[in-house]
Amino acid sequence: MSPLARRSIYRTSMFVLSVVLVGVLWELYKLIGPEDGGKLFGAAVLPRSNDTAMPHIWSMLSRYGRPEVRGSDRQIWSVVLAGAWFSFRLSVAGFAIGATIGVGLSVLMARFKMVERGLLPYLVVSQTVPLIALAPLIVSWGGKVNIFGFTWPKWLSAAVLGAFLAFFPIAVGTLRGLASAPSASLELMSSYAASWKQTLFKLRFPAAIPFMVPAFKLGASGAVVGVVVAEISTGLKGGIGRLIIEYAREATGDPAKVFTAVFGAAALGLAMAGFVAISDVLLMRNRPKETTT
Amino acid sequence: MSAVNVQGASKIFNQGTPKQVDALVDVNLTVEPGEFVSLIGPSGCGKSTLLRLIANLLEPTTGEITVNSKTASQSRLDQDYGMAFQQAGLFDWRTVAKNIELPLELKGWDKAKRAARATEMLELVKLPEFADMYPWQLSGGMQQRIAIARALAAHPPLLLMDEPFGALDEMTREYMQGELLRICSETHTTVVFVTHSIPEAVYLSNRVVVMSPRPGRITEVINVSLGSNRTEDTRGADEFFKGITAVREALRGTHADHANAGAVRGVEDR
Repeated sequence: MSPLARRSIYRTSMFVLSVVLVGVLWELYKLIGPEDGGKLFGAAVLPRSNDTAMPHIWSMLSRYGRPEVRGSDRQIWSVVLAGAWFSFRLSVAGFAIGATIGVGLSVLMARFKMVERGLLPYLVVSQTVPLIALAPLIVSWGGKVNIFGFTWPKWLSAAVLGAFLAFFPIAVGTLRGLASAPSASLELMSSYAASWKQTLFKLRFPAAIPFMVPAFKLGASGAVVGVVVAEISTGLKGGIGRLIIEYAREATGDPAKVFTAVFGAAALGLAMAGFVAISDVLLMRNRPKETTT
Repeated sequence: MSAVNVQGASKIFNQGTPKQVDALVDVNLTVEPGEFVSLIGPSGCGKSTLLRLIANLLEPTTGEITVNSKTASQSRLDQDYGMAFQQAGLFDWRTVAKNIELPLELKGWDKAKRAARATEMLELVKLPEFADMYPWQLSGGMQQRIAIARALAAHPPLLLMDEPFGALDEMTREYMQGELLRICSETHTTVVFVTHSIPEAVYLSNRVVVMSPRPGRITEVINVSLGSNRTEDTRGADEFFKGITAVREALRGTHADHANAGAVRGVEDR
C-alpha cells in the first residue's frame, strides 16, 4: 500500500471516530443532563436534554427514512439531498467567482504596492459588513441588471454573497504566498531578464501554492456559509438554507427534522473542503514532505 | 575584447542619509575571456556588490561597466552570463531537468531543444540519472552542481558565482572545485568567483582580486601561476602554497590598515 493511501485511510478512520465520539457525548449528556436544563440564579447554564431540544441520534437518522410531510411520498433524505445539491452548485459558483476576484486582487496588490496600500483596508472593512444587511441590497441591485437581454437570476444573488465571504481569505492568503518567493530566486529570475509576468507564473505562483491551499479551504467554507445565509435572508427556495428555516419552524412537533437539514449543510461544507483537500494532495505531491500540511 | 570591464565604478547605498554606506569606491577591473578571477576579502568589502554590479542586478552610482563589450544591462537582457549563488536556489516544484531548462524557457526555446540541452548539461555535471528527481531529493553538493548546470544551460560566455560552495562540507567543496575547473575548461567559460576561502581562490583562479572594507575597494591583484592543468596534486605544489601566502599577506595588509580584528573574521583560512 502506498504511503498516500495509508495516510488517507488513517485520516478517514480518525474522522469517523471523531463523529462517533460526538454522537456518544450527545447521548451521554441526554442520559445524565437535566431534562429541563440547569439554571443558576434564574439563568440557563445547561441545555435541556429532553427529546424536543436534543432528539436521540437514532431518531434523527431514522427521520431521513420517513416522508417529508405526512402523506407525501417523498422521503426526507431525498429532499435534503436535493437541497444540498442545489446549495452545493451555488457554493461552487460563489467559490469560483470569489476565487477569481480574490486571486485577481492579490496579483494587482502584489504588482502595485500602491494598490495594496489603498485597497487592503477596504477589503478588511468589507468583511465587517453583516451579510444579512448586504443580502437585500444585492438582490435589489441584481434586479435592476439588464445587459443585452441578460437578466439577473435570483440564485446569482446567493452565489455573489457566497463569493463575498470567499474572496477575502483567498485574496489575503494568495497575496502572502506571492510575496513568499525567496529574494535569491527573484534575483535569479532578474538575472535571466525575466519579465514580471514570467516571474509571476514561473516563480511567484508556484511558491504561493502552500499559502493558497489553506486560503482556498477557508474560502470554500466561506462560500457555503454565504450561500446558506443568503438563501435564508433572500428567501431563495430549493436550497439547504431554506430547508433549515422551514424545518426549524416544526421543531416542537418534529424535533429531529431540522437536524436532517443541519447535517446536510455540514456535509455540504465538508464536501467543499474535501475538493480543496484533493487539489492540495495533487498540487503538493512533488514538494518536500516537511512543508505539506 | 575583454569579458568584463569595470571602469571607476562606485556604489553608495542610502546616499546623503545618515545610513550612507560606501560599498564600493572607484573600482577598476578587467577580466579577459577564458580567465578565472576570484574576488576575496573580509565581510563588507563589497565583493558581492561588485558581482551584482557586473550582473546588472544593481546599478553603479558612478562609473561604467561593460560585459562582452555591451553595457551591463544589455548583457543581462541578452542572458550573456549565468549566475550561481551560495544557496543552490533550485525550484522545489520542478524536476532537476526542468530546473536546468528554466533559463531556456525564459528565452523561448522549444521543448525538444530544451530537453536535449538539459540532457547535455546533466552529462556535463555527471548527474544524468537524476533528471526526473526533485531537487530536495538530492544532496547539497548535487544541488549545487545542478545550479551550475542551470547557470550554464544557455551556454553563456560568462559565469558569475557568489560563494557557491560556501555551504558545502570540505570534501565536497574540494571535489566541486575540481569539477568547476573541468566544466569551465570544457565549455571555455570565463568566471568571476566570490569566495571567503584563500585556498579555494588560489586553486581555482588565474588572478585573485583582494578587496578591503570601509570603503569597499580593490587593494591588490595577485597572479597565480599554477598553469591551466590543475589536479588534486596541485594542492600539494609549492606554487600553490606560495599563492596562498601571497593572498594571506595581502589580506593582512587590509587588516593592519584598519586595525579592526573583526574585519577579517569573514575570511576563512582554509
